[in-house]
Amino acid sequence: MAKDIMDIEDGTFEDEVMKSDLPVVVDFWAPWCGPCRAIGPIVEELAGIYNGQIKFTKCNVDENPITPGKFAVRAIPTLLLVKNGEVVETITGLTGKAKLEDMIKTLL
Amino acid sequence: METVDYDLVIIGGGPAGLTAGMYAARARLNVVLVEKISPGGQVLITDLIENYPGFPEGLSGPDLTDKMVAQAKQFGLPIENGEVTGLDIDGPVKKIILADREIKTRAIIIASGASPRTLHVGEEKFSGKGLSYCATCDGPFFRDKDVVAVGGGDTAVQESIFLTKFARKVYLVHRRDQLRATKILQERALANDKIEFVWDSVVTGLDGFFGVESVKVKNLKTGEERMIKADGCFIWIGILPNADFVGDTLKRDEWGFILANHNMETSVPGVFVAGDVRVTPLRQIATAVGDAAIAAFSAEHYIENMTS
Repeated sequence: MAKDIMDIEDGTFEDEVMKSDLPVVVDFWAPWCGPCRAIGPIVEELAGIYNGQIKFTKCNVDENPITPGKFAVRAIPTLLLVKNGEVVETITGLTGKAKLEDMIKTLL
Repeated sequence: METVDYDLVIIGGGPAGLTAGMYAARARLNVVLVEKISPGGQVLITDLIENYPGFPEGLSGPDLTDKMVAQAKQFGLPIENGEVTGLDIDGPVKKIILADREIKTRAIIIASGASPRTLHVGEEKFSGKGLSYCATCDGPFFRDKDVVAVGGGDTAVQESIFLTKFARKVYLVHRRDQLRATKILQERALANDKIEFVWDSVVTGLDGFFGVESVKVKNLKTGEERMIKADGCFIWIGILPNADFVGDTLKRDEWGFILANHNMETSVPGVFVAGDVRVTPLRQIATAVGDAAIAAFSAEHYIENMTS
């Protein structure tokens, strides 16, 4: 897995995502979720491009059940786009690179 | 002769597309596979494939997808991202119309697959809030909860069994009084204590404020209606072809599946089809792969005739 993407846990979510200076993308996933595995490389590619401008993170919902509940995440894959402690966009389901990149660029 | 970008374009990156692509690459055709989002297709969301030959222990959809992609790439198949929105296929040079560009090719293999049918009872507003078509994606959110599953075929039964790993109870609602699924799957479902069958019934609506809270079910034989308290509703009532981009350019059946002969030739010379998107009595990975090998062979033959 690319070092451009940080693993986030229930305990570290507040500090690493909500209190982050940079805008954050949170990729909620689980190991047996096929579409999550498919969107993984797309997110990694975008992380490589926007590293330094946007913080990319991943949250395994199986190991971290509290955070998804807080944000009403009831389906995966779901990407949360967070800026200055606020969720500005929620993207649910397997989405293509072009569309994802367009939405992520709005964080800049 | 008018110039083309490729000899062959394959539309769709599921098992059919990847297999056709592999065969085409090995035949040293100037080929490209165009995939809308990510390779794998419907296979991607299955947790376990037990009936694809060569894997006695079974494997997950993502794993099989990874292997197929690796194999195709090994022989040099280029895979590009793109969504096909239309076709211009009269004449020897075919044009494939995408959102941002056009591709000119001699031949096309359409392997765009199929997508889940919906209930059409206004359930869309619960998307992401309890309504789902993918147990492997959303199953974990229903740990120790009750869910409803709709359907009676292989997918409905297998995915319901998968759901019992998380859910407290799965109500499997089917409009007939017996399942259509493969017998071995039926046996497992009937033996599973967490699955309760609701026979001769259909879902007439979903209810809830923050998300799905109950599912309205009607018995077709007695007319009796009931509300099942559930936090989720999974729908597996069949599939429809991903062929809107085809429009009227090819002969299709009343459901929109593309018609082809045993050589995978469609109603237009130079356009071939493989996998779930075509009219076929059986939709499996094994049939998609078989179709694709024939389609690639037919396409290669066609291209040779055109260019000699």
